[in-house]
Amino acid sequence: MCGHYGCEDTRQTLSLHQNVLDKNDHYAEHNRSMFQHLLVLNILSSPGAGKTTLIQRILHDVDLISGADPLNRPQGTVQPGVIVGDLATDRDAERLRQTDQPVIQINTGNLCHLEAKSVGKAAQQLELDNLNLLIIENVGNLVCPAVYDLGEDLRIVLMSVTEGEDKPLKYPTMFKSAHVVVITKIDIADVVGFNLEEVLGYLRLIAPQALVFELSAMTGEGLTKFYAYLNQSLFQRVASTVV
Amino acid sequence: MHEIGIMQAALSVALDYAKAQGARQIHRLQLQIGELSGVDPDALAFAFDVVSNDTLADKAELELISVPVTCYCSSCQQTFQPLEWVYECPCCHRLSVDIRQGRMLELTSLEIS
Repeated sequence: MCGHYGCEDTRQTLSLHQNVLDKNDHYAEHNRSMFQHLLVLNILSSPGAGKTTLIQRILHDVDLISGADPLNRPQGTVQPGVIVGDLATDRDAERLRQTDQPVIQINTGNLCHLEAKSVGKAAQQLELDNLNLLIIENVGNLVCPAVYDLGEDLRIVLMSVTEGEDKPLKYPTMFKSAHVVVITKIDIADVVGFNLEEVLGYLRLIAPQALVFELSAMTGEGLTKFYAYLNQSLFQRVASTVV
Repeated sequence: MHEIGIMQAALSVALDYAKAQGARQIHRLQLQIGELSGVDPDALAFAFDVVSNDTLADKAELELISVPVTCYCSSCQQTFQPLEWVYECPCCHRLSVDIRQGRMLELTSLEIS
């Protein structure tokens, strides 16, 4: 009772323990069942770290990935599809479509990250049965996308040599969520005075769970090792689906 | 700033429960936020002021409880709460990748009338 005449303000407390991201997680699980036969990569980085350039290179090099590890060759060749998220424009999708691979653009408007629901909707526009690799390029942002599960198998966080060695220290939540960290633009590391050992040291401390690759999507340096890893992950994915 | 979306989601859950109980007002919402959840409490409080306008939670108090990260050390076979972002076991100084708690983002309770 609040004391006022006629008021029956009887307060009660409800104990809930309800996950706030329940809705997104539900859509992410739905995506996972839709993606069962696919290796799904969620590519994350700050704007300009080279997500689109790396994906463009992967799409161009599908045959190289298929042959990267002859012992662990996935059934047939690598068949990629891409979902790319940006606040506005379909410039990235246009760039990626030049490789003749299927690409769907999501415009998030003012949203700073992709959510599982929109990814699921975009995926339905791809002929998923014909694919075995789905690459999701998230919105360029090292904060918000860390929170949202999209139904991916691997979270691949990119950082370029121009961003400074201490990026993993500044964005620990994102780097701690990574299965893989890729240091990009390694071809210009010397020019910008990038200290690779320093970054590797920070990554060992902040993200000891992550596999680390250094590469240049422009010159191709370091790609063979990365492709062997993709090939192996794809093989494991395909093998687990068959079983 | 994804906290607006997060707060909208939390409020929507709260309003559904409150309405199901026939409540006329929400007085207090309690949320538990893991330190590794990727959500900033101040931004969340700011977002609450915006999204709660003209709802049953218009005058509600928002209580945010921070939940520290808990890791498990497989060598020492015990859990520990790291003091900073490097998850180092205080006993053996090995780094842990086994995070047992700290990612949660939960609406834990609701006071209604």
